[in-house]
Amino acid sequence: MSLPFPNPAAVAEALRAVDYLPDNRITQVSYLAMALGKPVLVEGPAGVGKTELAKALALITDRRLIRLQCYEGLDESRALYEWNYKKQLLRIQADRGQEWSELESDIFSEEFLLTRPLLEAIRSDQPVVLLIDEVDRVEMETEALLLEVLSDFQVSIPELGTVRASSIPLVVLTSNNTRELSEALKRRCLFLHVGYPTPEREQAILLARVPDLAERLAGEIARVAGSIRTMDLRKAPSVSETIDWARTLLALGIERLDTQVVGDTLHVLLKYQTDIERALKDLSVEPG
Amino acid sequence: MITLLTDFVQELRSAGVPVSMVEAIDAMESLAHVDLADRIQFKETLRATLVKNSRHEAAFDVAFEVYFANRVPPLESGPGEDKHFTANQLDQEGWMGGTSGLSVESLIETLFEAMAGQNFDQLRNAARRAVDQLAGMEPGRPVGGTYYLYRTLRQLDVEALEQRLLEMFLAEVDPEDALAVRLAKEDAKRAVEQLREELKDEIRRRLVADRGHQAVAKTLRQPSVEEIDLMHATRTDLANIEHVIEPLTRKLAVRLARRRRLSKKGRLDFRRTVRASLATGGVPVEPRFKTVRPHRPEIFLLCDISGSMATFARFTLQFTYAMATQFSRLRAFVFVDAVDEVTDFFRPGVDFGEALARIGTEADVVWLDGHSDYGHAFEQFLVKYGKELTPRTTLIVAGDARNNYRDPRAQNLGEIADAVEAVYWLNPEPRAYWDSGDSVMVRYAGSCEQVFEVRNLKQLELFVETVTEHRPSRGRNRSTHMKGEPMNLVAPRGNR
Repeated sequence: MSLPFPNPAAVAEALRAVDYLPDNRITQVSYLAMALGKPVLVEGPAGVGKTELAKALALITDRRLIRLQCYEGLDESRALYEWNYKKQLLRIQADRGQEWSELESDIFSEEFLLTRPLLEAIRSDQPVVLLIDEVDRVEMETEALLLEVLSDFQVSIPELGTVRASSIPLVVLTSNNTRELSEALKRRCLFLHVGYPTPEREQAILLARVPDLAERLAGEIARVAGSIRTMDLRKAPSVSETIDWARTLLALGIERLDTQVVGDTLHVLLKYQTDIERALKDLSVEPG
Repeated sequence: MITLLTDFVQELRSAGVPVSMVEAIDAMESLAHVDLADRIQFKETLRATLVKNSRHEAAFDVAFEVYFANRVPPLESGPGEDKHFTANQLDQEGWMGGTSGLSVESLIETLFEAMAGQNFDQLRNAARRAVDQLAGMEPGRPVGGTYYLYRTLRQLDVEALEQRLLEMFLAEVDPEDALAVRLAKEDAKRAVEQLREELKDEIRRRLVADRGHQAVAKTLRQPSVEEIDLMHATRTDLANIEHVIEPLTRKLAVRLARRRRLSKKGRLDFRRTVRASLATGGVPVEPRFKTVRPHRPEIFLLCDISGSMATFARFTLQFTYAMATQFSRLRAFVFVDAVDEVTDFFRPGVDFGEALARIGTEADVVWLDGHSDYGHAFEQFLVKYGKELTPRTTLIVAGDARNNYRDPRAQNLGEIADAVEAVYWLNPEPRAYWDSGDSVMVRYAGSCEQVFEVRNLKQLELFVETVTEHRPSRGRNRSTHMKGEPMNLVAPRGNR
């Protein structure tokens, strides 16, 4: 793989240029992924920009993004490939009386193959970014399926033989950590844990993502969000929620945060009534 | 370099981070793409290749600091490093000489300035000086780093420092605004935390230089969250455990749900098969099946919350609380020598601390004297809730089976076991202690599908895995086993 970025600093700069603000860790892992051609497993709470990272990487490398959204029960025919059996059936019926051997080689040809994201990613002429989203949702068995693709970048189709990658995709897997992924999968990946950003970084993210937001307000929002995250809540506010909050505040024409304003708009940030009540209580009294 | 890396990997393994051969090789290969002089690049590369679980990151950080700390170019030799001190008297002092010159007051002053201005370089330098002058570290002295840390902190009088910082931050905000006040306090706290970290780093650096990294790493190793003994967990341990429990219960929920889904195929649905075959020219390519009514597991949790179980009970209740958010059909019971239902206290949306407080005050669990009486608790459970047990119910008992030499009345649990799908027992004591003293585990074990030793999260995970992977065998010999046992045994074997 050619290296568009000579060093991590260049990666960071490019990411910043597409409004994705990486920290050291994200930068380094992204760089390594490109340098080594290894998949990246990104883990962390919901809404901290795991999927965004894949999108940003696609942007900076100028590649197409192919996304495989995982869910329970995802199987080969949805992830890899499927034979278009209806078309095959029609073909058979249209050609009654033909020799079976001819027909067989005919209906198991590329024409009848439906490519699914994984196969599509490695068959693409141009290198792509392959995003395997929420990989923790699939069963162990499906995970094993991913292994062949991720380690050798090839897919075995019994009727066609092994399809090798014509280009090595940059693979990003995301996980919300609802279950432990298999050791084999983890071993093949670079691991990247994305946590909540520091107030400084969150401020920068807000400024990048919400145009017209005043720097000072962004800083205050980031600090309040950070403060709320230290509370004992059922669901801590994610970065995407702080962005929503910033947009709300901007739309309301608010310039400064105080207890009153926070109390009135907290429902944008927190999604459980008990959390809102608790946060209000904690914000109006002194921290312990 | 290779020896150093293998040593480091070895250390990670001893600290409980599983690192495979392949990963070590990966790390080595990756380093070829890295500017080794850049500490951040170096560290993050090792992290990405060696650590595959966020729970192990703390252990990695410690090990990394110990192994690679003294390889950073020493601060004092860098010409540009001290630039923040130019306006200060500090750089005129020959501070390598140790206690010479600089007074504690001016040191505190420098620290304060650095913390107030969020100047990290200055803070680091000042922290180094503080350790140099105040920790009084003696080579070869076998004391831990915390000793030196407290010594330094005490002399710097950090409380006063935090107070001053706070006053300064507060002066800038409206004292009426609770939010601003809270934020100011947090800032002050964070600044002090920063100082503490810097001091810790510096002390560690010196310890490593003195004793070598292997020795220091050994003293700094901490049991990972999964291995903390639940019976003796501290408050901070419990807080850490809390974060791990939630994914575990989610896992349990997902597994149980999946088990249900796997058994979904029922009989052939003729009508729908024909309907579907129209799409394929009348050939029934895809047979359709009737769906069977899903199996909805019903979980009854029975927790001992007596004094001897205090820490473990808090943990089991936490587990219960987490489970309640996942299972709609979960019922929780607590007992000491009487049973009470606490399901309502765990309604979704209820705060855990609150639920705990309510159980403490409202649950009616004491019958006689407030010492565990499993026999009576089971009897009462059978009388009060026996009718609600169904073959779909799974009962989980959490307790040490220490019956205070009372009648275990194991036949009651036997009767319960016959009514439900399975009984699982979680015992927080080491297996070796079972049936010693007043523990009557063996008397109850016969009625249980399985008894688990659950002393740490690892074992709890094992339990979750076992339960969700194998279906209990109905009609095994447990009932005959129970019936064969004499009913009027007052003191069980091996209990004197």
